[in-house]
Amino acid sequence: MSFDDWAITLAVFLPALGALVVALVPGDRDRLTRGLGILFTGLPLAVGVAILFGFDAGAPGAFGAAGAGNALQFSVNLPWISVIDASYFVGIDGVSLPLLELTLLLGFLCMIYTWRYLPEPGRPKAFVALLLLLQTGMAGTFVAFDLVLFFVFWELVLVPMYFLIGLWGGPNREYAAIKFFLYTLFGSVFMLLGFLAMYFRAEPHTFDMLALQGAGFDRTFQLVVFAGLFLGFAIKVPMWPFHTWLPDAHTEAPTVGSVILAGVLLKMGTYGFVRIALPILPDAARVWAPWIGVLAVIAIVYAALACLAQRDLKRLIAFSSVGHMGFVMLGIATLTDVGINAAIYGMVAHGVITGMLFFLAGSVHERYHTREIADIGGGMLQKVPFLASILAFTAIASLGLPGLAGFWGEVMALLSSYNPAQGLSLGLYRTLMVFGGIGTILTAGYFLWMLQRVNLGTVPERWQTKELADVNAVEYVSWAPLIVGILLLGVAPVLIFGITNDAVAALTGLL
Amino acid sequence: MPDVDYRAILPELILGATILVVLLSDLGLRPGRKWIAGVLSFLGCAVALGAELTLIGETRSSFGGTYVSDGFAVLFKSFFLVVALAVVLLSLRYFRDGRFYQGEYYFLLLSSFLGMLTISSSRDLLMLFISLELVTAPGWLMAGFRKRDPRSNEASLKFFLIGILSTAVMLYGMSLVYGVTGSLALTDVARELGTQAEPVAIAAVLFVVAGFAFKVSSVPFHFWAPDTYEGSPIPVAAFLSVASKAAGFAGLLQLMFLGFRPLAEFWSPVFAVLSVLTMTVGNLVALQQRQVVRLLAYSSIAQAGYMLLPFALVGLGEDPLAFESAVLYILIYAVMNLGAFAVVVALAREAPGALLADFAGLWRSRRAPGLAVAMAVFLLSLAGIPPLAGFWAKFRIFQAAIAAGQAWLAVVMVINSVVSLYYYVAIVREMFFVDVPGARRLRAPAGVAGVAALSAAAVVAVGFFPDLFARFPAGAIFP
Repeated sequence: MSFDDWAITLAVFLPALGALVVALVPGDRDRLTRGLGILFTGLPLAVGVAILFGFDAGAPGAFGAAGAGNALQFSVNLPWISVIDASYFVGIDGVSLPLLELTLLLGFLCMIYTWRYLPEPGRPKAFVALLLLLQTGMAGTFVAFDLVLFFVFWELVLVPMYFLIGLWGGPNREYAAIKFFLYTLFGSVFMLLGFLAMYFRAEPHTFDMLALQGAGFDRTFQLVVFAGLFLGFAIKVPMWPFHTWLPDAHTEAPTVGSVILAGVLLKMGTYGFVRIALPILPDAARVWAPWIGVLAVIAIVYAALACLAQRDLKRLIAFSSVGHMGFVMLGIATLTDVGINAAIYGMVAHGVITGMLFFLAGSVHERYHTREIADIGGGMLQKVPFLASILAFTAIASLGLPGLAGFWGEVMALLSSYNPAQGLSLGLYRTLMVFGGIGTILTAGYFLWMLQRVNLGTVPERWQTKELADVNAVEYVSWAPLIVGILLLGVAPVLIFGITNDAVAALTGLL
Repeated sequence: MPDVDYRAILPELILGATILVVLLSDLGLRPGRKWIAGVLSFLGCAVALGAELTLIGETRSSFGGTYVSDGFAVLFKSFFLVVALAVVLLSLRYFRDGRFYQGEYYFLLLSSFLGMLTISSSRDLLMLFISLELVTAPGWLMAGFRKRDPRSNEASLKFFLIGILSTAVMLYGMSLVYGVTGSLALTDVARELGTQAEPVAIAAVLFVVAGFAFKVSSVPFHFWAPDTYEGSPIPVAAFLSVASKAAGFAGLLQLMFLGFRPLAEFWSPVFAVLSVLTMTVGNLVALQQRQVVRLLAYSSIAQAGYMLLPFALVGLGEDPLAFESAVLYILIYAVMNLGAFAVVVALAREAPGALLADFAGLWRSRRAPGLAVAMAVFLLSLAGIPPLAGFWAKFRIFQAAIAAGQAWLAVVMVINSVVSLYYYVAIVREMFFVDVPGARRLRAPAGVAGVAALSAAAVVAVGFFPDLFARFPAGAIFP
């Protein structure tokens, strides 16, 4: 019984155990409850760090390794539901590791933030328990290698997130919550049917993702199943035109809910493409890729234009997510080494940066009690200088300034679409690159404009007499790792590429 | 003398004796003590359940092979007895507080459950018919137990008239089957139908199917269900939507997978249509409901649509899987629906109308947080959200449909599941998101709370370890 056999299980299920513990704590023990939340996300993070150090980046990873169980690290494969051939099969390779670490980190930071900030109507017990349950679902999604297990983890996030938005959210929370729930459920049930279809078509029948990579499905079958998976993943990403749940959900969710939605939940969709759709259905991927690319670029441009029209700070950040995920999808749609590496890099960078932006939006709201850019009215640099500086730093990272985390994902996605995989239309992809490039300019435009309206200028009269606190200790603690991360990933992109590169190379070998 | 295996029919004998004891005790009990009849019923069912469990793993046959105790029968009988225990628990306080005729009620309830026990073992058309009527007839009376309420009168009368009509149609169909095959035993019927596919035989099968469609409240024979559920005492509505419906399916499974199996190519498309119509209409109408019992009634119609789906897969090469998925769905549906009704019963003392608004603030205003969480578990499970038991039930049906090459049925069903989420969540929303200032804490009777808690625990446990449950139906497949 070595650490390697238990590492993933601990990292994934400690939060669920924590949720159970929290549920048993009396309702009035507020501090204890929040402390337990920090503990039960901190321990998995510690396990995650140990996994990071124990990880061998040179190993080939899961792609193209059907039957080779040792291609995965820290893997466990136990029978789970014998009647339907589903197993508890978890493991890690270069594609899952960065996302798992991101999940563990963000979950922990959200709990620290919750130590101080708990939105109306309070009820810490339920809040912490739901966050912990959510954590298990997200972490599990990135390590599951059995389709049924993957699906269960994937859906496990829905219910906690529904309650988080619906109970602790903004004024329009009920609408946002049910929209999020119905929309994502709608996509995922088709994904499930796709999984079942693959199960029955594969000989022997299996839900094992690695075994399915070698199943060699015929082309028509692949095209149909890809459509089902596409619905599930694309709604989660979300890709244009399936994105309409996102601005509502992100805007109405409580701060930590938005951080987790943007930071982790969206990545489940893009991860699904990389982990399942591409390697198992390569023929369909080649047919679908140009369409995905077109939708991705529409998302980039559309989101940038929409951002220009936003008056609510949080809604602006929400729409910017649609654009950033567009770059990620563009990278995936090229089906190249560079593109998919860029995509994974972009996922992590977006998680760190946009997670941070949502933290900031939440903290701005805590002080100003409004998120309307016009109501804040400028002058934040004078009124709350540290908060404003961090906002400026993060926003600039988000618009893709070289040297910060946002840069590599975007620029490499664009680069890769100059030279897409063999068989994809060069003309189309280069056109996509041009429009994507225009999108980056617009992105810079709306972020800078936002900063101008919020940070610069003089403090409006209504705020001059008000006492507004600057960044406090809890915020520093929960934000510092993200700020450091933004810098570090910007100057040393090898931190991610070093992990992902070999696994991605194996993946593109399948395409 | 026919060969009678008394050991195989011991549970039925025990239940029959309990019925007599309950009826007689009612004569001797003083008005304030009538609730003892409920306790006696509970004990009788418990003993019968114990006797039934000793039969696990055995196959016994009596009365010339028309009365069989095999894996299927034992599974369903144990299940019905567990449901009986739960329904008695739900009824105890409700009927005591409501000043109903308790002795008669428990007598009728147990008689109906006796019919369910015999239906599980009946491999003969006549036996099936008698059992089914024994299940239904007490229901007509129980639905009318709120005598002074016109809606309860309506519930009873509607149920009675439509029930009689469906009985007549079914009986006519059975008589035709007998005319064609010259036999009543299901195995003989199957053998005869296999050699000849006369048009009249197909018509006969369709008559029988129509009769059963009434019993399981399938569209377009569903109109009685919402009115009857709404007018009945709530424990009776729980009984009708869980036990009575499951009994209909138990009979239908034996008829279709055993007796009428050779004609599957003719009747399985009929079931495809019935299934799609039932789930779609049930879900769409449920969206409009503001009264929770009516909402659950339409929800149970939609759920019946899911349970009918496996019947549309018969004869496509995946019969065992289809059979298993239907059985699994019926069992899991019963647990979650019973739990949901338990919560409605718990609320009934404060809010006899059971409107959606009566659920407001159940969690948010701390009226009954535990019940609210349990109810949320049941509703999300009914909607099929993993990792709860209801998801695996649906998963198995999807699997059966895709394995049989009927992916379109699975697509219709998943769309329906998503639609259903909307109205299930409407109740969750009331309980969790709506604040009722100054609400008092709700006190649920211990028996009712116990049923809710146990059902919720089962739904969650099966959700994480489906193997706990999924094994049962596998042992119940007909040879």
